[in-house]
Amino acid sequence: MRRETIHAYLLLLPAVVLLVAFTHWPAITTLIDSLYATPHGTRPPPFVGTDNYEGLIGDPVFWQALRNNAWYALATIPSSILLALIMALAVNEALPGRAVLRMAFFLPTMLPMIAVANIWLFFYTPDYGLFDRVLAVFGGGRHNWLGDASTALPAMITVAVWKEAGFFMIFYLAALQTMPTDLREAAALEGSSRWNYFRRVTVPLLMPTSLFVLVNAVINAFRVIDHVVVMTRGGPDNATTLLLYYIYETGFRFWDTATAASATVVLLVIMGLAAAFQFGVLGRRVHYR
Amino acid sequence: MIVAASHPIGRSLETVGAWMLGIIWMLPLLYAVWTAFHPAIYATHFNLLAPLTLANLEAAWQAAPFARYLLNTVMLVTLVLAAQFVLCTLAAFAFARMVFPGRDMLFAVVLLQLMVMPDVLLVENYRTLVQLHLADTILAIALPYLGSAFGIFLLRQTFLTVPQPLDDAARLEGCGVLARLWRVYVPLARPTYIAYGLVLVSYHWNNFLWPLVITNSVTTRPLTVGLSVFASTDQGIDWSIITAATLMTSAPLLVAFLLFQRQFVQSFMRAGIR
Repeated sequence: MRRETIHAYLLLLPAVVLLVAFTHWPAITTLIDSLYATPHGTRPPPFVGTDNYEGLIGDPVFWQALRNNAWYALATIPSSILLALIMALAVNEALPGRAVLRMAFFLPTMLPMIAVANIWLFFYTPDYGLFDRVLAVFGGGRHNWLGDASTALPAMITVAVWKEAGFFMIFYLAALQTMPTDLREAAALEGSSRWNYFRRVTVPLLMPTSLFVLVNAVINAFRVIDHVVVMTRGGPDNATTLLLYYIYETGFRFWDTATAASATVVLLVIMGLAAAFQFGVLGRRVHYR
Repeated sequence: MIVAASHPIGRSLETVGAWMLGIIWMLPLLYAVWTAFHPAIYATHFNLLAPLTLANLEAAWQAAPFARYLLNTVMLVTLVLAAQFVLCTLAAFAFARMVFPGRDMLFAVVLLQLMVMPDVLLVENYRTLVQLHLADTILAIALPYLGSAFGIFLLRQTFLTVPQPLDDAARLEGCGVLARLWRVYVPLARPTYIAYGLVLVSYHWNNFLWPLVITNSVTTRPLTVGLSVFASTDQGIDWSIITAATLMTSAPLLVAFLLFQRQFVQSFMRAGIR
């Protein structure tokens, strides 16, 4: 073998071994484990074929987790991206107190999700919490935001958007600040309106950033469940059970690792399809500079 | 961003709008700070003249081994940062500037991790670490994250922008692979290291679910898990103390961000993460 080849493999070895050991290999063993029963003791578990998947299909909680996660993703992804864009446009302009505003938008991102969850848990407290107290001013009554199945999931969505929008803002801001100024001058000469400039110039130039942000937002919608663990434990009546929380609960609270493995396969398939869509369909429409 | 001359009224409306959004965004944190620094009865009674106190912070600090949790978190973050910088740099250099069979295939395999993150595979990774007899160690919290596709990808993109003549010059002077990497590539990639380092630190300082699963004792728990154990057990509903503990655990990161805010945004831009 050539020297350079040997060097290259040596350089790659540690990172690739770790990557494969904790990402690719467990992804494959998850698939295998989902076809066997949960091991008990030292006996090798029996092969059960698609039994675990049939169990999932027959489990109403699993379906609810899927539905919840779909709503959660559909609500958090567009709203956090849109807010991030608005924030970035706002703090990119020379308005008074820009540094403070930028900080206000970004700070929630630096907090651990579990700290954020603790703070919001307090806000959602009936009677004493910020929400009920603000509503009381307008004559509203007591409301158990996290205890009511109809408001619990929207409450979690609000927390996620509050935490995430500032993170995406940074990427938009970085993109806006490197945008060529001559385009703006040309548009001004032509008498183009601000809205027109935004729609025809800014938005297309931000497309690569938007794709990057979208990919991250989709991953986060399925990956981050810290607030569920802290605030509701999936309740009330599974109203806030997201897919990964379902996996966590079946795997580590009920120790039903076979069911957890099959639910993980479902999650991996969903994320894979989302990735294929984003890079295959959207990626082709994005023009990189 | 004035394009055609816009109305002054429209401009001030935008400013008002931006500030309203900013105030809504700040309100939760301000409220938390208020609660943490005032006696418990003022947590629900807003009064500008309420006496300030550090008693909540003291009570929180005493109530759980936060000093130990802090140490655990610092060790965890240092380990991840150091290991990722070294491993990702080596791998990124191979992908950026070396020619070897299977390069594109290997790169594609690495990039798969951008979508399938270790966070999702916690059941299998837990089993692996138990088999390795590493469960409930700080190394176990870090291990699944030490190889990072994002880090490799980001550094590779940066290394590709390093002018080839610089590399050739170093080679002519007799530098080996590692010397070229250390003398030419790493110094030129500094903004990327800063931006990526900050992202990494905040990610692992804040990471919760995997540490919750894999740790089981005071000597390994990071701050996030310690905080959740503290808040969910005997504290009942003493919001002042819980909020004080919450701010305490996030404070180092918030302070670091406030100090480095400018560098942070700038290195993001220079690193071309967008």
